[in-house]
Amino acid sequence: MSVGLVILVVVAIATVGFFIGRARAVSSVAGDVRQLHSLPSYYGQTVFLFSAVPALLVTLAWLLLQPLYVENQVSGIILPGDIAEGSSLDLVMADVRRISSGLDTAVAAGVLDKNALTQLDASQTDVRALLGDVGVALASDVHPNVFAAAREYRATTATLKGAMAAVAVVLAVLGAVIAFARIHPEYRARNVSELAIKSLLILSSMVAILTTVGIIFSLLFETSNFFRMYPARDFFFNLTWNPQFTGGSDLGILPLLWGTLYVSFVALIFAVPIGLLVAIYLSEYASRKVRSIVKPAIEVLAGIPTIVYGLFALITIGPLLRDYFAQPLGLGASSSSVLTAGVVMGIMLIPFVSSLSDDVINAVPQAMRDGSYGLGATQSETVRQVILPAALPGIVGAILLAASRAIGETMIVVMGAGAAAKLSLNPFEAMTTITVKIVSQLTGDTEFASPETLVAFALGLSLFVVTLCLNVLALYIVRKYREEYE
Amino acid sequence: MTDVTSGANMAPKPKTSLLVQDARTKRRNAAEARFRTYGVVAITIAMLALVGLLSSILYNGSSAFRQTFITLDVYLDPAKLDKDGSGDIAKIAKVTTFGYAPLIKKSFEAEFEKSGIGVDGMKSKDAAKMISKEGPAELRRFVLAHPHMIGETVTFEFLASGRIDGYYKGRVTMKSAEIDKNVSPQQLQLADQLKAAGLLETKWNWGFLTRADASENRPEAAGLGVAILGSFYMMIVVLCLALPIGVATSIYLEEFAPRNWITDVIEVNISNLAAVPSIVFGILGLAIFINFAGLPQSAPIVGGLVLTLMTLPTIIIATRASLKAVPPSIRDAALGVGASKMQAVFHHVLPLAAPGILTGTIIGLAQALGETAPLLLIGMVAFVREFPGAPPEGFFDPAAALPVQVYNWTQRADPAFVERASGAIIVLLVFLLCMNAIAILLRRRFERRW
Repeated sequence: MSVGLVILVVVAIATVGFFIGRARAVSSVAGDVRQLHSLPSYYGQTVFLFSAVPALLVTLAWLLLQPLYVENQVSGIILPGDIAEGSSLDLVMADVRRISSGLDTAVAAGVLDKNALTQLDASQTDVRALLGDVGVALASDVHPNVFAAAREYRATTATLKGAMAAVAVVLAVLGAVIAFARIHPEYRARNVSELAIKSLLILSSMVAILTTVGIIFSLLFETSNFFRMYPARDFFFNLTWNPQFTGGSDLGILPLLWGTLYVSFVALIFAVPIGLLVAIYLSEYASRKVRSIVKPAIEVLAGIPTIVYGLFALITIGPLLRDYFAQPLGLGASSSSVLTAGVVMGIMLIPFVSSLSDDVINAVPQAMRDGSYGLGATQSETVRQVILPAALPGIVGAILLAASRAIGETMIVVMGAGAAAKLSLNPFEAMTTITVKIVSQLTGDTEFASPETLVAFALGLSLFVVTLCLNVLALYIVRKYREEYE
Repeated sequence: MTDVTSGANMAPKPKTSLLVQDARTKRRNAAEARFRTYGVVAITIAMLALVGLLSSILYNGSSAFRQTFITLDVYLDPAKLDKDGSGDIAKIAKVTTFGYAPLIKKSFEAEFEKSGIGVDGMKSKDAAKMISKEGPAELRRFVLAHPHMIGETVTFEFLASGRIDGYYKGRVTMKSAEIDKNVSPQQLQLADQLKAAGLLETKWNWGFLTRADASENRPEAAGLGVAILGSFYMMIVVLCLALPIGVATSIYLEEFAPRNWITDVIEVNISNLAAVPSIVFGILGLAIFINFAGLPQSAPIVGGLVLTLMTLPTIIIATRASLKAVPPSIRDAALGVGASKMQAVFHHVLPLAAPGILTGTIIGLAQALGETAPLLLIGMVAFVREFPGAPPEGFFDPAAALPVQVYNWTQRADPAFVERASGAIIVLLVFLLCMNAIAILLRRRFERRW
């Protein structure tokens, strides 16, 4: 039974339980519902919840834990001698999973039948060719023990899946029966079902915490693996980034960090003055008509996905900067450069800066403007000497948030900044950033045992920490230095 | 006591007039005008950037929706396709795509004879290269679907090769063809003749929206079908998970949560998650969903789960705002007539907040639809030619996604893929526009002010 079917069956049992429970409550008072503690459908609801929720939760937990258990069982079959030089147990287990899913495909395609599979001996049959026939390509010939492990893996998985379906259905029925047996006129069905619903609400609000915990743990876990293979000192202080998949690579974060900061700096230089001036003009000078056109247009800019900006950098801004600035000035011949990515990212950040500063500027009370005008100041003097100082903490917060966005931005730099890790000052040169390298180290065929792949997690952790610090700092500045009016 | 300087020591006051500006006023007014100009310049730059962005995409991408087709009469030669004349589909299927290429060559020869077109010194072999490499494969699919047509002559519409197509879109010129090994000036001349004879036509191309992706050297056959379907599956997953979880979380935080440190932790968490870079969610998806839970790579379910986690903060923030907007008098009235707290929330507050929640959800979905970076890490960059199956199993099949398809195409060498990528962006933007328009309509139609 597939997982979808199990869920459907459980929900069906629970729904039937709802109607039976409701009917029992009504019949227990011979149709006079006023004698019930709660409305009849609450009795049905208790049956539904008792039946569906435990069964579905167990299914979910089972799905998460099953692969762990199966792998533990199966990895015993593989002896240390089966692991090839330069390989690891993880890699062999990945092979086992591939072969086992390949066997599934083979059985489904009818190339193999179930009885033949149990007789199959990898030392005599060419399993690789067999699986190649059904479209599962394997990198190397299959070792007999690995094949045995794969067969065991497949069998255990199938057994456990059946067991899961059985357990879920039994739980659903059991829950329904228990809830059903408890129905009598004095049963406080509404309180029980409301308590259950409230627990579900609390449970779902835990998802946010679980996500954060998941992010932190997955980053920390793989990063500690990385630092076991590659010294932390080199990672933080080495000045070269030169991953070699044959080993002996230099994985220093500094060139990437420099590229990230340089691109973000260019973006902020571009976005902050423009965004700020746009916000000031819109809130202090613009007529209602201009506002009604410009504001939605800026919001459109904010709603455009970053991949669009990336393409814009790649096909328009990059060649433009190269042909009209870099080449005539003799500064470079590459269309992907720090300036390309920076300018396009700056465009992306304009709405971000302007809408955040718009909020802060509008929060400055009108009385302060009026006071300034009353003393004879012009509008620009009021803006520069009264409004901006009053709104400064908010604006600094907005800039920090924009910086955090710029540092974490991926698609624009992947498509606009280039891939060469360099420590250079020339803005027309291609440089690379932390996010670009995360993408390039983790896409394609990845094996999770080499430092060249795991470094992406260390980079991710650095990125996470830096952006988190910027966000917290921004919030802190806004809270601490906010002038309270009224 | 104040010191009053005696009038005798004061310099005679310069004569001023309200009608004539003095130097200082002039300076201040000039500064004012300058400042205003800065504002106008800033707005102009922002608007120019928007216009430049959109027009560059439209300019490069709109041609992707049109494609050049060549119409030919092909004789389905039984001697080539069905040697023993048995009509057995298994035997016909043994003829590979290569076996169909000569048929196209033959039909060019027939065409040259019939209508007298042709370029000196050009062989039918070179003419056949004007047809997309996908052409023979399409012909084969047609024959396998209609085996009884073998032996007859069918009129077939082939995709022209990417270079011929580029010639009619201005990408390829006679000059560039001279140094291009994939196309020759003779082929372009022949194409012009075919066009004059009405056999070659550039027209609207549904295939761009319905076909699967195609390999590096046949950009003309690449389409968005798999990507659109994959994105659609992911949106279903996001909607089914993010909406209930988001609404439940917001109801708890807004209506039931006691003010204590646990609630504070949850709230800080949510606002932090909203600011975490999207690529970190990709790393999470790779580590938890693929490596730990063993879900398949490039499957819409994994993409949907990752995007759900990313969209949750957006939905929660929107839902809480619209729950907050429902006045307390509604709750008080419900409690007053004997409803429980749960009943007050679910029967009265939630329906009133529904339009706001829906609007927030659609905006969250629109964000998720355009998100690329996390999908790159969970293997959605893989080259997928097969359409995923029907749900729910289809959620676990490999698929592409719209924004990732754009990225994929930009990484390929043939310039025809740039046009495709921009075209895909137009499709993406149209989807986003529709979603946002629905959100705005909903807000206009159902928004209540209290």
